[in-house]
Amino acid sequence: MHIRSGRAMRLLLMGNPNAGKSSFFSRLTGLNVTISNYPGTTVEIKKGKMKLHGTLVDVIDVPGTYNLEPTCKAEKVAVDIIQPDDVIINIIDSTNLERNLYLTLQLLEKNIPIIIAMNFWNETRHNGINIDIKQLEKELNVPVIPTSAITGEGVKKLVSRLDEATPGTISYSDEERWGEIGEIVKKAQNIHYKKHTILEKLEDLSIKPSTGIPIAFFIIALMFTIVRSVSEGLISYIFDPIFDLYLPIVEIFSAFLGQGFLHTILIGTLFDGNIDYIQSMGLLTTGIYVPIAMVLPYIFGFYLALGLLEDSGYLPRLATLVDTLLHKLGMHGVAIVPMMLGLGCNVPGALAVRILNTPRQRFIASTLMAITVPCAAQMAMIFGLLGKYGIQGIATVFSTLFLTWLIIGLLLNKFMKGTTPETFIEIPPYRLPYMKGVIKKLWMRTLSFITSGLPFVLLGVLTVNILYVSGIVSYVAAITAPIITGILGLPQEAVGAMIVGFLRKDVAIGMLIPLGLTLKQLIIASVVLTMYFPCVATFIVLFKELGTKGIIKSVGIMILSTLIVGGILNFVL
Amino acid sequence: MEIPLLYLQAGKRATIKKLDGGIGCHKKLASLNLRIGKTIKKITVLPFNGPVVVKIDNTSVSMGRGLAECIFVQEEL
Repeated sequence: MHIRSGRAMRLLLMGNPNAGKSSFFSRLTGLNVTISNYPGTTVEIKKGKMKLHGTLVDVIDVPGTYNLEPTCKAEKVAVDIIQPDDVIINIIDSTNLERNLYLTLQLLEKNIPIIIAMNFWNETRHNGINIDIKQLEKELNVPVIPTSAITGEGVKKLVSRLDEATPGTISYSDEERWGEIGEIVKKAQNIHYKKHTILEKLEDLSIKPSTGIPIAFFIIALMFTIVRSVSEGLISYIFDPIFDLYLPIVEIFSAFLGQGFLHTILIGTLFDGNIDYIQSMGLLTTGIYVPIAMVLPYIFGFYLALGLLEDSGYLPRLATLVDTLLHKLGMHGVAIVPMMLGLGCNVPGALAVRILNTPRQRFIASTLMAITVPCAAQMAMIFGLLGKYGIQGIATVFSTLFLTWLIIGLLLNKFMKGTTPETFIEIPPYRLPYMKGVIKKLWMRTLSFITSGLPFVLLGVLTVNILYVSGIVSYVAAITAPIITGILGLPQEAVGAMIVGFLRKDVAIGMLIPLGLTLKQLIIASVVLTMYFPCVATFIVLFKELGTKGIIKSVGIMILSTLIVGGILNFVL
Repeated sequence: MEIPLLYLQAGKRATIKKLDGGIGCHKKLASLNLRIGKTIKKITVLPFNGPVVVKIDNTSVSMGRGLAECIFVQEEL
C-alpha cells in the first residue's frame, strides 16, 4: 500500500473492547487529542495526530466492538466510521486470539488496508499461549506485529510497517467464519498448561460475594482516601499559597477601583474592608478562587482515582457485584459506571448512560444520576460548607441522596412499562494501568473542566451580581417564598442560589455562605441544590439523549422529588 | 450428563454442548466466544437472583440467570 499524498488518510484503531486500544492510542499520539461527537450521535470519538512520512495524519480511537453487527449506538459508530481512504490498525488481544479473530475476519472483508497488532503479547508467555506469528500472517495475508502498548514493545515496528497494510481477500458467511477461525487457531496457536497467577486469584476473590463485597468497600474507601489526600494536599501546598500571593495584588486593584459598579463586578463585596475569596462574589476574587482553589483540586483527585480504577479492570467487577441491586431499580449493574462518572461531572455521566442497551434503562439511569448524583465540584463545596460541623451534616446529605436514589429507582422500575434485559458483560483480566495513558486521560479531563467549566463559573458569578443589582432576586424571592420558605424552610434569598445553580452548582452552594444558615438549612439547601435541576451543560446532554418527552418526564420527577425530599427533611430534622 | 450452566457447581470446568434460545441469543453469546465445544469454568453465582460469572479463554463473562439457563454444559471429570 502507498500513502497517497494530498489525500486525507486516517488511521483507525479498531478492535474488541478491552484489547488495549486506548493505551495504543496514547502511544501513537501526542497531547493534542480532541474528543468530538460522531455526527448525528452523542457517541464520542477520540482523535489525535501522528507524524507519518513527514506529514501529520489523524489517528482515531474507534469505540470497541466484538463484530460488525452493531448492538448499541457506540458499536454502530464503529461500523459507520470506516471510509475508503482509511487504514485500519486492528488491535487484537493476543490472550483471546480466537474471539478477536471474528472481528478481524469481518474487517478483512471490507476492502480497506489492514495491519494487525497482536497486543498484550508479553502476557501470552505467562498464560502458556504460543502463537506462531509467521503462520498467522500467512493465514490472514496481512502484516501481523506482536506489540505491548503498555511497555511500548513492537509499536515502532508496527508504525514502520504501516505501508505494508493491505486489504483482505476473503468473504465468509457467519457460520463459515467461525469454522475458518477454528482452522487458523489450530495452525497458529497452541496452549500449554499454566499455573494460576496471583492476579488471577485476586480476580476470583473480587467477584465471589463473600470476599468481593468487602474488597469493594475497601476499594471505594481507598478511592476516597486518594481523592481526599491528593486534593487537600494540592489545596494546602499549592493553591492556597498561590492565592495568598495573589491577594495583595487584588487588594491594590480594589483600592484603585474604589467603590462602584465595576468594583462590585470585579472584586465584589468587602467584609470589614477585606476581600473574602469565598463570599465576595467578584469575578477576580470568588470567580477565580472557587473553581481553581476549591474545585479543581477535587476534580484532579477524583479523575486520578477514577482513571486508575477504570484502567485496572475493576469496574466490570463492581458492576457484577451491584447487578442484583441495580436490577431492582430497573438497570444493569453496568449503570454503576455512569453513576461513578457523574460523581466527577454529570455531563460525562449523562453521556455514559448510552452503554445501557434499552431506552427504559437509559431513562432511569439518567434521571437517577441527574437527581441524586452530585458532581465533584458540588461535593467539594458541600464538604467546604458542612465540614466545620463534623461528619454529621455531610453524612445526612449523602445518605438522603442515596435513599432518594434507591426509592426513585424502585418506583420507576415498578411503574415504568417494560423490563430490564439480562446482563451480559465481559469482565477483562486485571491489568496494571498504563501510567502514561492514565495521566493523559487525567490531563484531558482536567483541561475540559478548565476550558468548559471555568467560563460557566465566571458567568455564574457575573449573573449573581446582575441578579442582585437589578433586584431580580428579591422579586423572584417574593414570588417563590411559599415554596422556598414554606415547604423547604429556607430563607427567601436562597432562591438566588437556585437561579445560579442552573449555571454552576458549585457557585450556587458558595452563595449560601453569606446567608448565615443553620446546619439544618445547610443540609436541606445542599440536598435541594443537588436534586432540583441539572446544570445547563448536563441538561443539554440529557435533552439530546432523552428527547422532548423524556426530558419533560425526567424534569417533572426532579421537581416533585425535590419538594417531597426537601419537605420531609424540613419536617424531620 | 448435560445440565444448564446455572446449575453447574461453582469452581467446576465444563464443555458447552447445546445452546437454547434464538439466533440473536446465539450471536450475543458468540461475541464473547461462548459457543458449542468451548470449555468454560464457572467462577461464582451472585446471590438473590444475581448474575453467573464464568471464565472463558483469558477473560470472564458475567451473565443473567436466564442466559445461564440456555447454555447446556457437560462437566469435565
